Amino acid sequence: MKIRHISIGRVIAKTVQYAFLIIGTFSSLIPIVSCITTAFKSDAEYYNTSVMTLPDNWFNFENFKVAWQEANMGRAFLNTFIILAFVLIGNTMLSAMLAYVLNRFKFKGNTLIRNLFMVAALIPGIATQVTVYQIMSSLHLVNTMYGYIFLMLGTDIIAIYIFIQFFENIPASLDEAAILDGCNYFGVFFRILLPLLKPAIVTCAILKGVSTYNEYYMANLYLQDKSLYQVVSTSLYTFTGPMGNQYNYICAGVLITMIPIVVIFILCQRYIYVGLTQGAVKE
Amino acid sequence: MSAKRNVKDVKLIRRIWANMNVQKTIITITFLFVPLLLLILFTYLPFFKMVEFSFYDMGYIGTRKWVGLDNYIEVFTREDCLNSLKLSGYYLLGSIVQIAIALLFATILSFKPKGSSFFRAALYFPSLICGIAVGFIFKYFYTHGFVFDSIIQLFGVPLDSIPFWLRDTKINNWVLVASSIWRYMGQSMVLFIGAIVSVDKTQYDAAAIDGANAWHRFRYIILPSIRTIVVLNMILSVSGALAVFEIPYVITNGGFGTSTYFVLMDKLAHLNQKVGLASAMAVILLVLILIVSAVQKIAEKRMVNSYSIVSSKKRRRNK
Repeated sequence: MKIRHISIGRVIAKTVQYAFLIIGTFSSLIPIVSCITTAFKSDAEYYNTSVMTLPDNWFNFENFKVAWQEANMGRAFLNTFIILAFVLIGNTMLSAMLAYVLNRFKFKGNTLIRNLFMVAALIPGIATQVTVYQIMSSLHLVNTMYGYIFLMLGTDIIAIYIFIQFFENIPASLDEAAILDGCNYFGVFFRILLPLLKPAIVTCAILKGVSTYNEYYMANLYLQDKSLYQVVSTSLYTFTGPMGNQYNYICAGVLITMIPIVVIFILCQRYIYVGLTQGAVKE
Repeated sequence: MSAKRNVKDVKLIRRIWANMNVQKTIITITFLFVPLLLLILFTYLPFFKMVEFSFYDMGYIGTRKWVGLDNYIEVFTREDCLNSLKLSGYYLLGSIVQIAIALLFATILSFKPKGSSFFRAALYFPSLICGIAVGFIFKYFYTHGFVFDSIIQLFGVPLDSIPFWLRDTKINNWVLVASSIWRYMGQSMVLFIGAIVSVDKTQYDAAAIDGANAWHRFRYIILPSIRTIVVLNMILSVSGALAVFEIPYVITNGGFGTSTYFVLMDKLAHLNQKVGLASAMAVILLVLILIVSAVQKIAEKRMVNSYSIVSSKKRRRNK
């Protein structure tokens, strides 16, 4: 009798659980799904049918073509790709080097440097842009790709945490053995430790890559000549202009910018979850 | 003989040692140089300049005039500034709701029900979308007669009686807060799942023998174990609430009384060229964030201490 009682309770608990999960998933996906259905509608369909009706032709890529041209997305993707290549290589190298020195060497100011980076992480990027703008313009870095790349190279605390944690799990005896074999410290870092860091590098690169790809405010502020320096996020923003009400085009544009994110997410889910969890673990 | 060799060895070791120390210094300096340069140039220098600017009446170009604390007084007397501060309260409440929802889903998903990886992916995915895209998605979603209204109409509500979600000043800020929850919930959820997974599993079995149900399990095992990360998230959401930008920026562009602190600051700095006033706003925000983080540090220390007291008591009892 008792066993039966428990199993009925279980069934109810399971049902409630799945009800929550389904409602949650529904609310999380509906805005995106509505975007997908709208993106495939022709102008006539868009104006005459309700949002709920599905498009006649799921292979109507006309809107995507228009969105791509109107927002100058070819250029935008090219620029974003160049920026990502430099920022990811530079940023992961700089963060790994910084973490190596902070983790392996004891020197005066080690804790101070860690704290400086930690406090910096508390300051939201947008807050200081009024004065960063002045500094950028006095260095003649406004309206140049390398200026924006230089600005985005700054290491953030999450990457430093992830790398430091990784170094902590690599025994220092490995370094010492290499040094006894005649390796110097540069060799230890580049030839022995860096290859071992691969999983952490992938994690950091994905997190930094997604945030760079999505970054809008600074791209808009520092890459002012939009005909030359359009990036993906700023090109999407151009839809607020003359096409502000043509949501079939806007939705197509939104979906185009989401494709790389979807691909990365499907391929690298595990790294993203691990990275988030590790980056959050306290000090 | 052997004594002589020892001396030689010691000398050699010393020389290698000295050489290694020089190397250490070189590598420390070279590896730290660029990251520190960037940190100072783009974080700390702007911070101190910002403090300086906040005492002047100035634009990006032209002369500037020392005005003392006038900018700070203006922040707390201007109607738009006060309104934007008040709006942070909305987003703060929103983030508490967000944490509650995230906890619910994290608890369910950490026991790996069937399909959990699909549900986790679906709930987390919005966190990866570009803020501008999220803005457009919800602008479309809430525009009168579009997605959200169509869903409501399915339940037989006529369109005339549905309010204008983005224009009605009584509700539009809550609508934006909801969009913000949609965007960030997944991220908190993944953090919480990470914390719950590391909870000692044997406690669940022990509790099950004592007849604990799911709520008991959550209330008395999970919540105490992940308390630190939950409280930290709550404290962090104070600064998060003040830093809301992209969602109101795209969806309403700060119109209809939805201008948050950052949207207003951006407008004052770059449209109205009131650099001094915008700097004062930023300084106030940063001071607030520093206070919040100090509170967070203290809370963290307290919790770690109280936790270690509890566990040491347990240990003693076990003996």
